[in-house]
Amino acid sequence: MTATQTEPRPAATDEPILSLRGIEKSFGAVHVLRNVDLDVRLGQVTALVGDNGAGKSTLIKGVAGIHGFDRGEYLFEGKPVTVHNPRDANDLGIEVVYQDLALCDNLDVVHNMYLGRELTSSGLLDEATMETRARETLNGLSVRTLQSVRTPVASLSGGQRQTVAIARSVLWNSRIVILDEPTAALGVAQTEQVLALVRRLADKGLAVVLISHNMNDVMQVADDIAVLYLGTMVAQVKTSEVTHNQVVELITAGQTSDGKFGTKGADA
Amino acid sequence: MSAQTEAQTEDVTTEHQSLGTVFSDYRTRVRGGDVGALPALAGVVVLAIVFTILSGNDFTNAYNFSNLILQGSAITVFAMGLVFVLLLGEIDLSAGYTGGVCAAFVGKLMNDHGFNWVPALLGGIVLGALVGLVIGLLVSRLGVPSFVVTLAFFLALQGILLLMTGAGGTIPYRDSHILAIMNKNMPLWLGWTFAAVTVAAFAALGFTRRLARARAGLPTPTLLVWALKSVAFTVVVIAATAYLSKERSRNVFLASLKGVPIVIVIVAGLLVFLTFLLTRTAWGRHVYAVGGNAEAARRAGINVSRVRISCFMMCSALAAVGGVLLASRTNSVNPTTGGTDTLLFAVGAAVIGGTSLFGGKGRVLDALLGAAVIAIITNGMTLQGQPQGRVYMITGLVLLLAASVDAVSRRRAAATGRV
Repeated sequence: MTATQTEPRPAATDEPILSLRGIEKSFGAVHVLRNVDLDVRLGQVTALVGDNGAGKSTLIKGVAGIHGFDRGEYLFEGKPVTVHNPRDANDLGIEVVYQDLALCDNLDVVHNMYLGRELTSSGLLDEATMETRARETLNGLSVRTLQSVRTPVASLSGGQRQTVAIARSVLWNSRIVILDEPTAALGVAQTEQVLALVRRLADKGLAVVLISHNMNDVMQVADDIAVLYLGTMVAQVKTSEVTHNQVVELITAGQTSDGKFGTKGADA
Repeated sequence: MSAQTEAQTEDVTTEHQSLGTVFSDYRTRVRGGDVGALPALAGVVVLAIVFTILSGNDFTNAYNFSNLILQGSAITVFAMGLVFVLLLGEIDLSAGYTGGVCAAFVGKLMNDHGFNWVPALLGGIVLGALVGLVIGLLVSRLGVPSFVVTLAFFLALQGILLLMTGAGGTIPYRDSHILAIMNKNMPLWLGWTFAAVTVAAFAALGFTRRLARARAGLPTPTLLVWALKSVAFTVVVIAATAYLSKERSRNVFLASLKGVPIVIVIVAGLLVFLTFLLTRTAWGRHVYAVGGNAEAARRAGINVSRVRISCFMMCSALAAVGGVLLASRTNSVNPTTGGTDTLLFAVGAAVIGGTSLFGGKGRVLDALLGAAVIAIITNGMTLQGQPQGRVYMITGLVLLLAASVDAVSRRRAAATGRV
C-alpha cells in the first residue's frame, strides 16, 4: 500500500521515531485522511502544513490518542503500537501543546507545569522539588523571559504563556512534542522567541512536530515539511530542497507547477 | 548559551529576599488588585472601632466577645464548606437546610435510637456527605446547573426538616457533650495549653517550610519576616486567650463563666485541616485547577467530575457540622434550623472574606474573616438596640461593598495582568 507513494523521500538522518503508514480516517461519510504517511525524527523539526480542512488536526488528534485511526500503521521506534487514549500517547513520550494552551490562569507557573501530575512526598505536594525542577527545565531551555515561576499565569504575556505550555510538555522526558499553531496569536518579537525555543527543543534531541499556517515560520525553523492537501500527504520534503513558492503550491494545489513535488489526488 | 544559562541560574536563586523586597512585593500585589484578606481585615477593624465608640463597654466586654464568637462560629463552618463549592464556580443553596436536616437526624439518633453522641454525630456528617454526593452527581454527571439542583434541594430539605420536627415542634438535644460545644468553655489551663500549642505549631510550620525552601536553594524571605509573622500571631492569640480567661459572668456566685469557648477548637481545627487539604494536597490543587479552567484540568488528566462531586460532599458534610453547632446553641432543632438567613449569611461571609463567585479564587480563612464581619455587624447593631430590619440592610450593604471590591480588584487585576 505504501509502496505506491511516489513522493521523494529525503535521505533519513536516522530511523524515524514515529512513522505513520497508510492512515485512513473518516467521520461518517466524510473521508478526512486518505492513505497518509508521516515520518517524525528525533532532533528535527517536522512542519505539518496544509490549508484549513486539509486534515492536520485530525492527524494530530489521532497521534495524540484523542480519536483512533480507522486503518493504517502507527509505528513507534519501528514497532507497531496502539494508542487508544491520550494517556497511551503520554506514556510513549508524546506531548501535545494545543492552540489554547490549556493553562489555568489562577495557578502559577510551577503549578501549571505539574498540573495533573503533581509530585508528592508522603501524600503531600512537594513544592520545593517541583519548583526546583521547573526552574531547571526553564533554564535548560534558556528561557529568560520569566521573572518568577511563582507568578500566576494570568499575568504572563502570550509568548510567556506559550513558553510555559511548551516547557510543561518537555518536563516529562517526552520524545515527541507536537505544537499546534504556537505563534498564531503572537507579535513579532514573541514569535521569534518561541521559534528559537522550538529550535532548541529539536537541538536537545526531541522530535518536534510544528503545525503552522505561517510559511515564514516554517521555512525558518523546520528541517522537514509535510504537506497535507485534502486529506492526502502530497509531500514530505526537506526544507532545504524546496522553495517558499513550491510549498505554497503544494498547499493550495497539491503539486508544484514544475511537477517536481506532489501528486495531485494522491497516487493509488 | 551556557554562559547565559549560568547567569540565569544566579539570577533566579537570589538566596534571601530582604524585608524591604517582601514588603514592596506585597504592595505591588495589592496595587495590582490582589487584595487578599485586606478588605475583610479592614472591615473587622473598622467595625470594631465604630461599635466600640458607639457602645463602649457593652461591645468590648469579655462576655460580649465570647458571645460574638458563638454567634459567628456556625456561619463560619457553613461558609468554610461553601468555599469549596464557590472555588469551582458553583453554588450550594441547600447547605443551610442540609445542616438542619443532619442536625435533626443526629438528634433523632440520640433521642429515639439511643445512639452515643459520637456515632450520632458521625452519622449526621455521613448523611451530609451523601446529600452532597447526590447533588454532585446531578451537577457533574447530568449537567444540571448547581443553582437549580441546590434550589430544588433547598425546598425539598426544608420539607424533610419540617416533617422530622413536626410543624412548630422541636427535636431537643440533651447530650451534655454536644451541648457543651456551644455552651461551655475550656478550663483555664486547657485554654492556655491550646493557645500555646497553636502558637508553637504556627511558628514551627512557618520555619520548616522556610527551611525546606532554603535547602532546595529556592529564594526565601529573610528570617525577619517569619519572626514578625510569628510574633504578631502570638500576640493576637495570647491577647484573645487572656481576655477569654477573664471572669465574664454577670453574677459570679450564680455561675462562673470564663475560659476559651470549646467551639473555638472546632473552628480552628477545621480551619487548619481544610486549609491543609486545599493548599498541601494534590486534591486541593485540582480544586483550584477545575475552578480556574475545567477544560485544561480535564486535558491534564484530572478527573473533573470526581473533583466536583468531592467538593459538594465537603460542603454538605461541613453543613452538617454547622447544623449541629446551631442546634447545640439553641439546645434543639426546630423547623428553621439552618433556614432563614443562615445560608445567605454563609455565602455572604465567604464573599466578604474574598472568595470569588466566579471560581478559582478563595481560601478557607476567607470564611472566618467574612463571618467575623457579619457577626460583628449583627452583634454590634443589636447592642445598639437597632431593629433587625436595619441589621439586614447594613449587612446587605457590606456584602455589596465586598462584591464591589472583588469586581474592582478583578478589573485592576485584568489591567495589570493578575488574577
